[in-house]
Amino acid sequence: MTQRLTNLAIGLIPVILALLFTTLILLIVGAPPGEAYRNIVQGALESPDKWASVVTATVPLLLCSAGLLITFAAGLWNIGVEGQIVAGALLTTWLALNLTLPSILFIPLLLMAGLVGGALWGLLVGWLKVYGGVHEIFGGVGLNFIAIVLTNYLIFGPWKPAGRATMSGTEPFPAEAWLPRLGNLAVYPIAVILALVAIALVYLALRGTTWGLKLKAIGNNQRSAFLMGIPTHQYMMGAFLLCGALAGLAGSIQAIGVRQRLIPGISGGYGFLSLLVVLLAGYRPLWVIPIALFFAAVGVGSPRLELNMQLDSALGGTLQGLVVLFVLLAQGVKKRDA
Amino acid sequence: MKIELRDIKKYFGPVRANDGITLTVEPGTIHGLLGENGAGKTTLMKVLTGFISADGGEIRVDGKPVHFTSPAESIRYGIGMLHQDPLDFPPLKVLDNLLLAFDNRLIPNRRGARRVLKELSQRFHFSLDPDARVNTLTVGERQQLEILRLLALGAEVIILDEPTTGISAPQKVLLFATLRRLAKEEGKSVIFVSHKLEEVEELCDRVTVLRRGKVTGHLEVPFRADQLVQLMFGQSLPKSERPPVTLGEPVLELQDVTVQTYRLTVPHVSLTVRAGEVIGLAGLEGSGQRLMLQACVGLQKPSSGRVLLGGQDFTRRSYRDFLAAGVAYLPAGRIEEGLIRGLTLTEHYVLAQRDHQPFFIDWAAATNGIQKKINEFNIRGRPDTPVEALSGGNQQRALLSLLPPALKLLALEHPTRGLDIESAMWVWEQLLARRRSGTAILFISADLDELLERSDRIVVFSGGVMAPPHRRGPHLGRGTGVFDRGREAGSVMCDA
Ligand SMILES: Nc1ncnc2c1ncn2[C@@H]1O[C@H](COP(=O)(O)OP(=O)(O)OP(=O)(O)O)[C@@H](O)[C@H]1O
Ligand SMILES: [Mg+2]
Repeated sequence: MTQRLTNLAIGLIPVILALLFTTLILLIVGAPPGEAYRNIVQGALESPDKWASVVTATVPLLLCSAGLLITFAAGLWNIGVEGQIVAGALLTTWLALNLTLPSILFIPLLLMAGLVGGALWGLLVGWLKVYGGVHEIFGGVGLNFIAIVLTNYLIFGPWKPAGRATMSGTEPFPAEAWLPRLGNLAVYPIAVILALVAIALVYLALRGTTWGLKLKAIGNNQRSAFLMGIPTHQYMMGAFLLCGALAGLAGSIQAIGVRQRLIPGISGGYGFLSLLVVLLAGYRPLWVIPIALFFAAVGVGSPRLELNMQLDSALGGTLQGLVVLFVLLAQGVKKRDA
Repeated sequence: MKIELRDIKKYFGPVRANDGITLTVEPGTIHGLLGENGAGKTTLMKVLTGFISADGGEIRVDGKPVHFTSPAESIRYGIGMLHQDPLDFPPLKVLDNLLLAFDNRLIPNRRGARRVLKELSQRFHFSLDPDARVNTLTVGERQQLEILRLLALGAEVIILDEPTTGISAPQKVLLFATLRRLAKEEGKSVIFVSHKLEEVEELCDRVTVLRRGKVTGHLEVPFRADQLVQLMFGQSLPKSERPPVTLGEPVLELQDVTVQTYRLTVPHVSLTVRAGEVIGLAGLEGSGQRLMLQACVGLQKPSSGRVLLGGQDFTRRSYRDFLAAGVAYLPAGRIEEGLIRGLTLTEHYVLAQRDHQPFFIDWAAATNGIQKKINEFNIRGRPDTPVEALSGGNQQRALLSLLPPALKLLALEHPTRGLDIESAMWVWEQLLARRRSGTAILFISADLDELLERSDRIVVFSGGVMAPPHRRGPHLGRGTGVFDRGREAGSVMCDA
C-alpha cells in the first residue's frame, strides 16, 4: 500500500512542479495564471466541437506513439516519425489527386497508401542504420528535412492548384476521398478506431508475443540477442517498417480527414509530440492513451490564450515540455537512489 | 588504515545478501574474503565502497564511523575497489584514462601523468604502454592500469573482487607480487575477494569466510584447506569423476583455416573434433584461441581454408546456420553477451526455446519450464528475477540451463570463470554428461588445472599460432610450462 502511494507521489509531483513552473512563467510575463488555465481548459472542453477537436488531435498522437513503442522496444530512437507522417500523407495525396473511386474502395486504398508511404520512409531510416551505419537519429533528422522540402516542392510545383501556388496547399481532394465524419462534428470514427486498435495491438504484441519479446531483447542488448540467434537486423528493419507504417497512417488521416488536402506542415508536429507522449508514459502502452488525450487537450486549448489574453499559445507547448522534463527527472532521481 | 565492518545488513527483497556481517581489516595485511557463489562478497564490498547503501550496520575507518554515499567519496578516504565485472572502459588511451582520474586534482598535465604512470609501472614491473588504447589491453593489463589509478588517487585500502579470473598465469604471479609488496612494504591494506581456496592460501594473512550472507569463520595463516571448504560449503566436497566415453564420428573439421582480423592473424589451423571429445584451447589471452573458437561457430569468417560441420561445408554459412545445425556458443561475458539485462529468467526461457516458439507466449508454461530448470540447475533466483540480479555463478547456471538439449558442438569461453569449486565441479558434470549423447566440447580457459583435468586434448595458442594438439596422458601435468614460458609456450606442451 505505501508502495502504491509513493509511486503515485512520484507520478504526481512532477506534474505539480510543471504547473508551478508554468505559473511562475505566467507571473513573470504578468498574466493572471488562474485565468490562463481556465482559458486552456475551456478552450479544450467547453463544447462538443472542442471535444471533437481533442479526440481528432489524439488520433495521430496515438498512431505515432504506437509506432514509437515498437521502435523504443527495440532500443531505437526513431526521430524520423515526423518525416514518416509526411511520407504517408504524400503517397495518399498522390493517389487522391490522380484517381477517383467510390468512397468504399477509395478510402481504404488511400489509408493503405499512407501505411505504405510511411513504411518506406521508415525502412529508409532502418536501412541507413543497419546497412549504412548511420545512427537512426541522424538518419531520421535528415529524412524529416527531406520530407518537408519534398512536400513544399510538390505543393508549389507539380501539385499546385490550377493557376496559382499558395501556402494553403493543394487543391482539395475529391469528396470520395474524404474520411467520413460523425454527424457534423470533426471526429472521424474510422480514424479513432484505427488508432485504438493500433495501441491495443502493440500492447498485446509487446506483452504476449515472442516477436515483442525478441524486440525487447534486441533493445536491451543487441549483442546478446544476436548470439541467442535472433536475426537482429531483420527485427530492427521490421520495427522501423511498422513504426513508419503507423506514422504514415496518421499522415494519411491528416490528409484525407482533417485537411482534405495536402498542406505544408501536414505532420503538425505530432511526431515530435508523440515522442514526448511515449517518454512520459514510460514506454507503457496503456498509459499512452490518457497522456495523448492530455497533450491533445492542451494543444487544442492553448490558442485561446492568444485570442483572449494576448499570450503566445506556445505556452501550452511549454507546459507539455515541462511535464515531460519533470517526469524524466523524477524517474532519474528514483533510479539513482535505488 | 584499519577498516571495521559491524553487523552489515543488505537485503534485496527476500534475499539476505549480507545478514549481519562483522569483520576487521588490519593495516598492512592481505585479508581474504572467501565464499561460494552468491555468498554476498561483492555486495559487502559494494557497501563498503558506497556503491550501494546498507540496510543496517556500521563502517569505521581508523575507529571513526563513516558513511559513504558514493564510490567517489570512499576513494577520497583512500578506499578503492577493482570490480568483478570490470566497468566499461571507453576506448581511451591508457594515459588519458589515468588523466581522467585526476579531473580536479594536483596533477596538471599529460606530462605529469606520464611521469606518474612510468614511475608506478617501474615500481611494480608493469609494462603498460601509455599510448595504447584501453580496449586493446588484456584483462590483466586493464587490471594493472586500475591498480595504478587507485594508487595515484592515494588509495590506502585496495579491494580486489575476484581479480584472478580472466588473467594469465604470469599476470597472476605479477599481481600477487604487487599485492604483497603493497601490504608488506607500503603498509596498505588489501582485501582480496575470491572463491578460490588455493589463491587465498597462497596470498592471504587472514581470511573471513562467508556463507549465505553470514560469516562462518575468521582464520589466520596457516589455513587448513579442508577447514576452509567446510566453512565455505558447510560440507566437504566429493572428488569429481570423469566418465569414460568412446569418441564418435568427426563433428567439426577445420581444414587449413586462416582467420584474420586487423589485430591478429591465426594462420593455417587444421583440427578434427570428434563426437564426445573435449578439446581445451590454451594460451595467453589474446593469442588467437578466441578467434579460432569463433570461427568454429560461424562468428568469424575464415579468410582461407574450410570449416566442415558434420561433413558439410559450412565455411561461408552464417552464425544462425551453425546454431540451426546444433552448435551452441557461450561467450565469456555472461551479462554482456550471453544474457540480457532487464529481462527475467522466464523471458530468457522463452527466447531460448528456439524450436518451439508459438507466436503468442504461454507465460504459464514458460514459468513452469523455467521453474523446473531453476530446481534442476539449482539457480538462486525466481522465474521473475531479472538476470542482472543473479550472482555471477547463478548467471552461468542460468546460461547452461537454457542450452538446447541435443547439441553437436558446444563452444565455451571460460566455462567456470568466477565460479566456486562446488559450482565449477557441477558445471563440468553437466558438460561431460552431454558427451554421452555425442556432443563435442571446445572450451577456452585460462585455468591450467581446468584444462589439464577436463580436456581429452589441448591445443595451445601463442601469438596466433596453434601448436598441434596434445593428447591427454600420464605426462600431461603441472610444471610443463604451458603458460609460464609465455611466447614459446606452444612448443613445450608435453606429449603423451
Ligand atoms: N542488485 C541485486 N538485486 C537483487 N539481488 C541481488 C542483487 N545483487 C546481488 N543480489 C543477490 O545477493 C546475493 C549475493 O550476491 P553477491 O553478488 O554479493 O555474491 P558473491 O558472493 O559476490 O557471488 P559470486 O562469487 O557469484 O560473485 C545473491 O543471491 C544475489 O542474487
Ligand atoms: Mg561477486
